[in-house]
Amino acid sequence: MSDLSPIAYDSKIEGNIIFTKLDAAINWMRSNSLWPMPMGLACCAIELMAAGAARYDISRFGAEVMRFSPRQSDVMIVAGTVTYKMALSVKRIWDQMPEPKWCIAMGACASSGGMYRSYAVLQGIDHLIPVDVYISGCPPRPEALLDGLMKLQKKIMGEHAIADQKKALFEAL
Amino acid sequence: MTPSDAAAKIAVAFPSAITAENEFRGEKTLVLDAPALRGVCRFAKEALGFDYLVDISSVDHFGDEPRFEVVYEISSIGHGAHLRLKIPVSEDACEAPTVTDIWPTANWHEREVYDMMGIRFTDHPDLRRILMWEGYPYHPLRKDFPLEGRPSDAPGVAFSDVAPLAGGPFVTVPTDGTTQAREPRARHAGELPRPGKLIEDP
Repeated sequence: MSDLSPIAYDSKIEGNIIFTKLDAAINWMRSNSLWPMPMGLACCAIELMAAGAARYDISRFGAEVMRFSPRQSDVMIVAGTVTYKMALSVKRIWDQMPEPKWCIAMGACASSGGMYRSYAVLQGIDHLIPVDVYISGCPPRPEALLDGLMKLQKKIMGEHAIADQKKALFEAL
Repeated sequence: MTPSDAAAKIAVAFPSAITAENEFRGEKTLVLDAPALRGVCRFAKEALGFDYLVDISSVDHFGDEPRFEVVYEISSIGHGAHLRLKIPVSEDACEAPTVTDIWPTANWHEREVYDMMGIRFTDHPDLRRILMWEGYPYHPLRKDFPLEGRPSDAPGVAFSDVAPLAGGPFVTVPTDGTTQAREPRARHAGELPRPGKLIEDP
C-alpha cells in the first residue's frame, strides 16, 4: 500500500463528489435557508408566529431564522393589513433587503386589501413591491403559510441566474 | 352628586350658557354656547369634581347649520356621576376652544377630532394629525367623504388611492335569520334594512 500512485483511483473520495449545475446547487442552498423578514401588521402575524412555534415548526423548511433586520433576510412575509401610513415603511424595509429577495403576501389583506375597502388601506402590497407567492385566507392557517413557503422554494429551484449571467457574458464578448 | 345636581349647579353658575338640556335614561346632556365651554369645564372640574374626561367626539350633521357638534363626556372618579356637554360648531369657523389645560388627556382626543373631522382647536399646544399622516388633505369622517377614499399624494410620506368597492359597501343587518340572511350584502346609505323581509327571502 505504501507505493500507491497519487493519480490512482482513491476510494476514500468516492461518494463525496456530486456533479451538478451551479445554478441547481445555489438554488438548493437558497431555497432551504430562507431567512424571513416578518412584516407582521395584523392578525396574520399571530398565525406566522404559530407557524414558527413547536407544533408547525417552520424550521423543517429552513425558514426559522426570523430576522428583524432587513439586511440579513431573504424573504419578506407581509402578514396583515397594510395601511397607507405603513405602506412606505414596508417599501423602505423591502428596499433595504439585499438581492436576491422574495416576497410572500400572507392573507387577504396583504394580497388585496381584504375586507378593508376603505380610504386608509392599501389595496394589496403588490401595488408597491413585487409579490412571489400569495396566500389566501383570513387569516391563513400555518399549514397554508408552510404551503406557500414550499411553493416559493419550488419557484426558487426553477431560477437560472448563473446561466443567464453566462449567456449575457458570451453575448458581450 | 347625581348628574341632575351637577347640571343644576352649572345652570346657577352660568345662567346664560346652557341653550338646551336633555335627559335620556339617566344620561344628562347639556348643550352649551361655545364661548362658555371653557368656563363651564373649569367649574365642573374644580367645583363639581369632574376630574375625568372620558372622551371627546364629534358629530357631522351634514346639511344642517351649524354643521358640527363636539361632545365632551366627563365623569368623576370620586362621586361617579357622568355628564355630557355639547357645543355646536359651524362649518365656516370650524373652530372650538381647547380644554387641554383643564384635562391634559384632551390633547390626543382633540387631535383625533381635528384629524377625522377637521375641527381646529384654538390654543391647542400640538394640533397635528394623529391617525392619518401629515400632508393628507382630507378629513375622512365627514359625511361628504366617500368610504372608498380619494386619491392623494404626499411624496415620500404616503399616498392614497380609491379603493374598489365592487357594488359595496357590504353590510349586515340585525336579524335572527339563517346564515344566508345574515351574510353581508351591498347596501347604500338611505336604504333602510328590512330584517323581516330578509328572513323570508334571502
